[in-house]
Amino acid sequence: MAVELVRGQNHPLPGARLEIRVSAAGPVVAGATLNDENGRMREPAWIAHPAQPTLPGLEVSRQAAADHRLAVDLDALPAGVHRVNVLLALPVGVGGPLNFGAVAAPFVAVTGLDGTEVASYRATGLGAESAVVALELYRRHDSWKVRAVGQGYAGGLAAMLADQGLPAAEELATTITDAVAAGMVRSVAAPPPRTEEDRARREATVGGAQGAAGAGAATGPGNSGTDASASASGDFAPQAHGQPGAQASPAPGGSAAGGGRIDYQHPGRASAPSPAPPPGEDGAYEPVAGDASGWSMDERLYNQIWDMFEDFARSVAAYRSAVDFAESRMEQELEKVLGDPRTRLGQAADTARTEAREKHAQLVERARGVLDRDLAQLKAESDVVEPALPPAFARWDNPVWHGYSSPMETPMAVRLGDLSLPEGVGLRIPMLVRLPLERGLWIDCGHQGSGASALVDADELRHMAAETATAIAARLAAVYPVDDFTLNVIDPAGSAAEALAPLLETGALPEQPAAGAAGVSATLERLTQRVDLVQMAVRSGATDALPPDLDTAEQLLVVHDFPHGFDDRAVNQLRYLADEGPSVGVNLLMVADREDARSYGPVLSPLWRALLRITPVPDDHLADPWVGHHWTYEPPLVPRRSRVLTQVLQQVVQARRTYGGG
Amino acid sequence: MSVNLSKGQAISLQKSDGGTLSAVRMGLGWKAAPRRGLFGKRSKEIDLDASAVLFADKQPVDVVFFRHLVSDDGSVKHTGDNLVGGAGQGGDDEAIMVDLQRVPVHIDQIVFTVNSFTGQTFEEVENAFCRLVDETNGQELARYTLTGGGQYTAQIMAKVHRQGDGWQMTAVGAPTNGRTFQDLMPAMVPHL
Repeated sequence: MAVELVRGQNHPLPGARLEIRVSAAGPVVAGATLNDENGRMREPAWIAHPAQPTLPGLEVSRQAAADHRLAVDLDALPAGVHRVNVLLALPVGVGGPLNFGAVAAPFVAVTGLDGTEVASYRATGLGAESAVVALELYRRHDSWKVRAVGQGYAGGLAAMLADQGLPAAEELATTITDAVAAGMVRSVAAPPPRTEEDRARREATVGGAQGAAGAGAATGPGNSGTDASASASGDFAPQAHGQPGAQASPAPGGSAAGGGRIDYQHPGRASAPSPAPPPGEDGAYEPVAGDASGWSMDERLYNQIWDMFEDFARSVAAYRSAVDFAESRMEQELEKVLGDPRTRLGQAADTARTEAREKHAQLVERARGVLDRDLAQLKAESDVVEPALPPAFARWDNPVWHGYSSPMETPMAVRLGDLSLPEGVGLRIPMLVRLPLERGLWIDCGHQGSGASALVDADELRHMAAETATAIAARLAAVYPVDDFTLNVIDPAGSAAEALAPLLETGALPEQPAAGAAGVSATLERLTQRVDLVQMAVRSGATDALPPDLDTAEQLLVVHDFPHGFDDRAVNQLRYLADEGPSVGVNLLMVADREDARSYGPVLSPLWRALLRITPVPDDHLADPWVGHHWTYEPPLVPRRSRVLTQVLQQVVQARRTYGGG
Repeated sequence: MSVNLSKGQAISLQKSDGGTLSAVRMGLGWKAAPRRGLFGKRSKEIDLDASAVLFADKQPVDVVFFRHLVSDDGSVKHTGDNLVGGAGQGGDDEAIMVDLQRVPVHIDQIVFTVNSFTGQTFEEVENAFCRLVDETNGQELARYTLTGGGQYTAQIMAKVHRQGDGWQMTAVGAPTNGRTFQDLMPAMVPHL
């Protein structure tokens, strides 16, 4: 299996003779430059490009093409070469796209001679650039590694070559452009596509026979991890993960192909099994962010996190069942010793007891060893995954929030906190829920929960609950595109004013929260009407008949101080919103203590059940969908004294001013 | 090298290179009942089921079958229930995959069984077979031809068990009768 690199990530190369496969949506020019140990081009001739395609140990294509295969023999490179930069550029003057922003992101893979992929990289995020340094192969001590670079140049080939330290960059760029343009004309004229012949020649060059599977591996930009349908049934109980039928089905095919190895190290990852350890190494597993199936990096990370969640759950299940078994066996054995009057006393009994205890200790120790091994692997994976997460999936302390800018698209999920198990020694799994939310949230500021809530006094707990609500509301406001999310807040008695301050001060919440009974009923009335209207329109198939001033954005209603300021009618409306709202984009975020609303009796039970309960302090009340462990939930609070929340909200407001259409 | 076994034959197997097994797959295949006439649905479907029972010290601890497709620890996985069979060309219509490295430490035996859920005996099912494959190299370790296996509706097929630090497989091949794995539990006990 190939490692899919993220920008800046590196990966060791297995050998000196490699092939670099480029696939792009349309014709691109591929080239390579060589650098010495100081990162400079020592000689002007240290570049391979269409007008001069061959260097010792390196060959590129003479023309622009959607698919390229560059043959590389690292051992044959000129002495003193420490780095090979792989360059891509859009051909100029042939009527194609002018920048990479206009085409699908080019895909680059490093493969062995047999076509097995070693590492791949999709140069995403390019906009006005028309040239890009996609990869670099570099010498680290005595071995070579590959790194995903993805450095684009808006100034095109000339700017890139100049940046590589080439003296006559401008002229060279022109030479290359001319050669490419000539090549384009040639290739149009030749009836059979030249690529086949080209490939055959290249194979001869590197002296490797390409397997049929290898030849198919680099066809088209969509080949990276799109092989399996994504198991992204995303609510908090993903059915797809529970049904190996979909994922394990490639197995029989694998063996039919004759000794195809299938790796079971990670259940649910049949579509992206980890690579067979290269012979001679101890098979150390190196985790990589995005090591799962999916159509986009976000989806791959999302799936990877669910895979980690499942692995964690199952490893702990294995450990717990082994420990349970060890204990029950020891009890049985001790009972047997005690139950028999002849063996109850004396030397034999002592020996039997000691033996039973030893057997127990041995089994538990072995189980712990296995668990520790699994946890270490998951921890290593978590260490690479967390820094790679996009804002919607990231903790507030992740640096990605400092580079935050208002997104163009709604992310597939949002992080609502962290999940952990007592056996996990610090391992925390992001708790991701799909967007748009499928059910409302209830931040329970009551004391009846277990865990840490008992140690915090009631006022502090309420305050923390309000802070949690603000952190979640701000996060949702930040991860939705401008105009796609509207925040409504009810704070009848103004008790949450302190927690709401960041939202109000930045202007993320443009109006004061609804106060008093009047404010409560007005807000609920408005949202209830919206739900009614949209439901009617959807049912009768007349969505175009909705009033033009209707706010079509997702609505989040944050309710503080429940049931203060609520009359019976308001309570009914709230229940209505909890039941009917999610399907038409209206969700509740309740901050409430169930005890406060005790006087309403069982009439409110459906309300609490309709909401996903989370807690302002760590509490073990969430179950996983596979084995039903009780996971400790931790809310997504902003680190103390961190200004990240305010900064992000300022960005949100700024983006609203700039792009918001109202 | 595949060992073609007849019923009741029990042998111990090690990998040919002397190592122990790390991942095995039990495959089960049979030919679907032929479609008859216009009313295609009326042909008598044949539903064979593969199951794996996990034992610790001869106590059943977990079962992987069509109602419970993944063992709690994730080490044993069923590809899903096939209710009608396949082409009968030798491909697996149901499979159970075991990652022996992930099996919890207290599990010391895993027994694989086949049963006919719809009640046909193995004599009536065409091209029915079950096999065990070493997943690390795709090599078939054992194969039973179930067709023509007599008036039985179930078979205790094989077991893998801990041996030292690794695992070994013993083919059992004991024919018996039953609709689901529960019916087979008494028949399994002598082979533990």
